[in-house]
Amino acid sequence: MTSELRGRARQALGRDRVRANIRRAMDGLIDKRRAAFPDDEELERLRDQGMAIRDHALANLPSLLEQLERNCAADGIEVHWARDADEAKGIILGIIRRHGGEAVIKGKSMVSEEIGLNRCLEEAGVEPIETDLGELIIQLAEEHPSHIVAPAVHKDRREIAELFGQHYPEEPYSEEIEHLTALARRIMRERFKGTKIGLSGVNFAVAETGTLCLVENEGNGRLSTTAPDVHIAVTGIEKVIARLEHLAPLLTLLTRSATGQPITTYVNMISGPRKPDELDGPREVHLVLLDNGRSRIHGDPELRATLRCIRCGACMNHCPVYVRIGGHGYGTVYPGPIGSILEPQLQGLARQGELAQASTLCGACAAVCPVRIPIPQLLNRLRQEQARAEPKARRPGAWIEGIIWRGWAWIHASPARYRGVAGLLARTAWLAKRSLGPWTRTRTAPPIAKRSLHEIARDEGLSHE
Amino acid sequence: MSDARTQILRRLAASAAGGVPCPRLEPRRFDWTPEEARERLGAMLEAVHAEVHQVGNDWPRVLAEQLSRAGARNLVYGAEGPASRALAAGWPEDGPRLVGFDRPIEEMREMLFEQADAGFTSCLAGIAETGSLVLWPTPAEPRLLSLVPPIHCVLLARDRIHSTLHALMVNQSWPERMPTNALLISGPSKSADIEQTLAYGVHGPKRLMVLIE
Repeated sequence: MTSELRGRARQALGRDRVRANIRRAMDGLIDKRRAAFPDDEELERLRDQGMAIRDHALANLPSLLEQLERNCAADGIEVHWARDADEAKGIILGIIRRHGGEAVIKGKSMVSEEIGLNRCLEEAGVEPIETDLGELIIQLAEEHPSHIVAPAVHKDRREIAELFGQHYPEEPYSEEIEHLTALARRIMRERFKGTKIGLSGVNFAVAETGTLCLVENEGNGRLSTTAPDVHIAVTGIEKVIARLEHLAPLLTLLTRSATGQPITTYVNMISGPRKPDELDGPREVHLVLLDNGRSRIHGDPELRATLRCIRCGACMNHCPVYVRIGGHGYGTVYPGPIGSILEPQLQGLARQGELAQASTLCGACAAVCPVRIPIPQLLNRLRQEQARAEPKARRPGAWIEGIIWRGWAWIHASPARYRGVAGLLARTAWLAKRSLGPWTRTRTAPPIAKRSLHEIARDEGLSHE
Repeated sequence: MSDARTQILRRLAASAAGGVPCPRLEPRRFDWTPEEARERLGAMLEAVHAEVHQVGNDWPRVLAEQLSRAGARNLVYGAEGPASRALAAGWPEDGPRLVGFDRPIEEMREMLFEQADAGFTSCLAGIAETGSLVLWPTPAEPRLLSLVPPIHCVLLARDRIHSTLHALMVNQSWPERMPTNALLISGPSKSADIEQTLAYGVHGPKRLMVLIE
């Protein structure tokens, strides 16, 4: 593991307040998800369906994208294709410039984070206005989201109150959550009323009907896509699904896994711009389909499972690493277990390969994933690839590691050798205590039992039969 | 641009083997009686802070009363909407002022954002499982009616309550006739972005009044 991730992780571990905020929030989200899926059998059936729907979409991705494009175009949605972040930003900026847009009201979009859209807009003299409460907080703090569903989860109400106080000194100071929320509403109203361009992400794009489906609770997503003259939706090419009816189980899985809600306040299905006889809605709707490394991931039959992801964030909520270092500890747009497999693939092992190490392989992520992405298996796969790609000589301690594992295999291949070494370890445990290295720097080494489980079981009269 | 399209599709085609059958869904079914479905819908809606009223023919009067109590000075509605004639006919003289949404948003924006206290829409269907109202905005009932005014009032006919979203989509052949915009609304606007604590009325309506007729 290079020092960069370790450094960030150590920093994150030192921020007690952030850690407490995240711990509290994740515990809450875990409980809510559990309560939302009271029937295990039903949950497993739903997960099977979710996986089958996403697998089917990925197996037919090119034809579904073409069908989506056809059906969108038939209803007046203009479809754009972008190979990478720069191409996507160019397309978006082009649309904004054509309409003389000076500001953009944004619904929550992780893909816009992925391509670094806000910075690009600012440099071009266009003001990006984040309207989701969490995203607004992050924008004011000049930070990045620390969670893909709850971007400001690392901040508590006092920090947020201070932040609002700095940026809106004319407003009365309050640490009451209702006051802070009401303040955000007041600030944003003017912008919703007067801004000509709106931008959003997409949760699911339905090929069969050319429909963009967006879920949200605040209403800012609906406002960003309904009130302006122009709506630009930006999404990864993997978000397409074949049929409208597939939305039903996917929506259930998404909202229950993410926040434990049976459904979000709003499910917004957009199939076109304003028709001539309609009185409102955008006059233009654009859909930007972004590749940015996804087609490469698609090319690998095992790693392709990464693209099933529906961005619920459940893997983060349940991850012992995420809960301790938080989203910022990862240093990437997509944090947590899904980020640890997605980012090394999007950005390459050379840049983000170390992320595959940021896991204990405990398997909690795979156990809760609504579309059954085998995250630990894919982490292992990436670790293997990275080990193979790295010349052994360059990694210090690689030869010792090799000897240790060969010795481990040799010992475990024979019961006699295993018993001998286990007995030896039990008698020399005091030696091991001191040589566990970094592990014991912040932990107490567990005492090694004098007698092995085998011996105790034998004495108790237990046997294999 | 077409370069990007061709290149992305070509790359995907190289690895998209197909061969995975389109999943046939066997969605969960609920055998609720109409009363049970209505109760479930109401309970789910109330759980997310919507206000549910069982009403009869005199629903305009009930609505006017509720709105007056809420301090609303006006109610914006689609003058050509399916329930609008009944609304106007049954509206008490001392009720909040009725304002028709009958011109393009460009001309209505100021009124809608600055003056509107409440918006009224009809409702295509209710979904009992999740406590959702289904709206298909039309030229007669534009999209922003259910979004910009601080109070959203909805009239739902009791014979339009379905058990699940899936059943509704299939029974009504949605794929063949998707409108410009279809919405599921389940409660007033809310956020839990600060300390995972729910606060109602963020950017959308602060209150959702549901009249089940």
